[in-house]
Amino acid sequence: MKIKPRTFSDYASIGFPAGMLMVFFVIPFGIMIAVSFFQRVQGAFYEPAFVFDNYARFLTSFFGGILGFSIGLAALVAVVSVLLAFPFTYILTRMARRTQVVWLVFLLSVLSLSEVLIGFGWSTLLSRTAGISNLLVAVGILDKPMSLSPSFGAVMTGMVYQTFPYTVLVLFPALSRLDPSLVEVARTLGSGPVRSFLNVVVPALRNSIVSTLIMVFVFALGCYLLPQLLGKPSHWTLSVLITDQAIYQSNMPFAAAMAVFLVLVSLSLVAISLLYGKKENAA
Amino acid sequence: MSGLVFESIVKKFGEFTAVHETSLTIPQGKFVCLLGPSGCGKTTLLRMIAGLEAATAGRILLDGDDVTRIPTHKRDFGMVFQNLALFPHLTVGENIVYPLRIRGVSKADCLAAVKRLLDLVQLPDMAGRPVSKLSGGQKQRVAIARALALEPKLFLLDEPLSALDAKLRESMQIELKQLQQKLGITTIVVTHDQREAMTMADLVVVMSQGKVHQVAPPVEIYRKPKDAFVADFIGSTNLISGRISGSGKLAVAGGTLLADDLPATGDVTVSVRPENIRVTAGSGDNTPGCLAGEVSYIRDLGASIEMYLSVAGQQITAITTPSDRPDIAAGDAVSVHFPKDACVVLGDA
Repeated sequence: MKIKPRTFSDYASIGFPAGMLMVFFVIPFGIMIAVSFFQRVQGAFYEPAFVFDNYARFLTSFFGGILGFSIGLAALVAVVSVLLAFPFTYILTRMARRTQVVWLVFLLSVLSLSEVLIGFGWSTLLSRTAGISNLLVAVGILDKPMSLSPSFGAVMTGMVYQTFPYTVLVLFPALSRLDPSLVEVARTLGSGPVRSFLNVVVPALRNSIVSTLIMVFVFALGCYLLPQLLGKPSHWTLSVLITDQAIYQSNMPFAAAMAVFLVLVSLSLVAISLLYGKKENAA
Repeated sequence: MSGLVFESIVKKFGEFTAVHETSLTIPQGKFVCLLGPSGCGKTTLLRMIAGLEAATAGRILLDGDDVTRIPTHKRDFGMVFQNLALFPHLTVGENIVYPLRIRGVSKADCLAAVKRLLDLVQLPDMAGRPVSKLSGGQKQRVAIARALALEPKLFLLDEPLSALDAKLRESMQIELKQLQQKLGITTIVVTHDQREAMTMADLVVVMSQGKVHQVAPPVEIYRKPKDAFVADFIGSTNLISGRISGSGKLAVAGGTLLADDLPATGDVTVSVRPENIRVTAGSGDNTPGCLAGEVSYIRDLGASIEMYLSVAGQQITAITTPSDRPDIAAGDAVSVHFPKDACVVLGDA
């Protein structure tokens, strides 16, 4: 039976988390929303106002294009990460406990690397003098060493490297809970290992796959260092521009407006995933 | 040789031996129960037939062909799992035709197969239902229909009825037996429930600790258990040990028993089922096959009466019907009769 809270003291237990949320999330976010409507003062900082200029400027084709690229890049990173991580995690969950622990510790340690380290690490690996292309030459695939960075491929590589451990850790519980007899029964009914995986494991876990895609997407959308370290200016994301506007152009109101927009995009995607999940569960 | 043959099959998981060297023949078209307590290796044996576990040593032959190394998905055996393992993302009909669909059977043929199979398991007009909307018994039937969709050579079931309540389980046991007789398909069921095995099986394989103890029809398993484990696991029994004291005579604590098939000399154990023991009032009688005892407790269950007796220090249980109830009470001295054909000599376990 559910007991409804009646008095003020019944609500006291949620006071602390509510306070933390208030101080560290609601208030800063409220300030950011307010700033996004402020007016920039040339040569100074900004002054309180209520104008839509910042949003209007954002809707030009230049920023629209960047927003489109950011969303496309994040989506591609999410898809590639899940495509790689899902089979990997599936195989990992079928291994001995010790092997699983070793892999998970390794992945966690990758996750602890900072974006800066990952960026510089990959830019070295993809460079002409010290990079992977020298190995390819030694094997005979390339004629002479070449620089693979900066390029779109380099940005993708760095970002997938960063999101892969995260994706594995998010998929791991769902995949290790998957009933192994589902795959066994598919095998007794005549499907080989690959077909059982595609016909049974993937559909049985489509909710987890969709929610993981969205989580990785949101995670990748906020990425701003790797595109700068591994990409050309045409590969820069909205997050890079926000940093640029806020720190180098001192245009806080415009940066705030872009940030609010980015948050709205992320939130709407999370909302869609929740709705989708609810519908699935109801069926 | 038609049927399923195990040739010196062994299964080890690391240091642990799940199935000790086993040779066994299962004739074609029979309903066989692998019966034993949990952890006795019966499920491992079944999984080796299906190819879900690889045998450590030995061969499995089906109709003379070696199937030991054939991968599961090429064996074409139907199997029902303990948890049924219906595909949650598919409807009843899609679950049933899954094996046909992946073999490229046409849509029309699939629809016909669904109808035929659902009629077979008495679940008509359910094809469109999602699996999550079914009751336990209905899920059971869908799992059976799916396993039979390929018309397999072998029908394997791993504790298929354990999730059902007692009443439903009994009716499903009879239904499963009738289904098997109708299709004439070699069927192997793993169970720990001896009543279930007695109800359904043509042949019972009693196992414990990775070893096969006895392979025989159910009635023979009950009447002529081969060793103490089988006698004790199937129904309840009284185990009495004694020493051979002459032709057909066995000296036990408190007197002499008579039995067939006694070896010439040595120590043996006999099993006597409680319902075969006759109890009479008064301790006068002391001929061979009859021992003096004392009633310690009487439990009247209405349909049957259980008498707990103390015979020369050993606890003996006897069961009788109300019409045959002797006029005795706790503490009375009684004569306990062990008919000659009820004393079954057991081998070493």
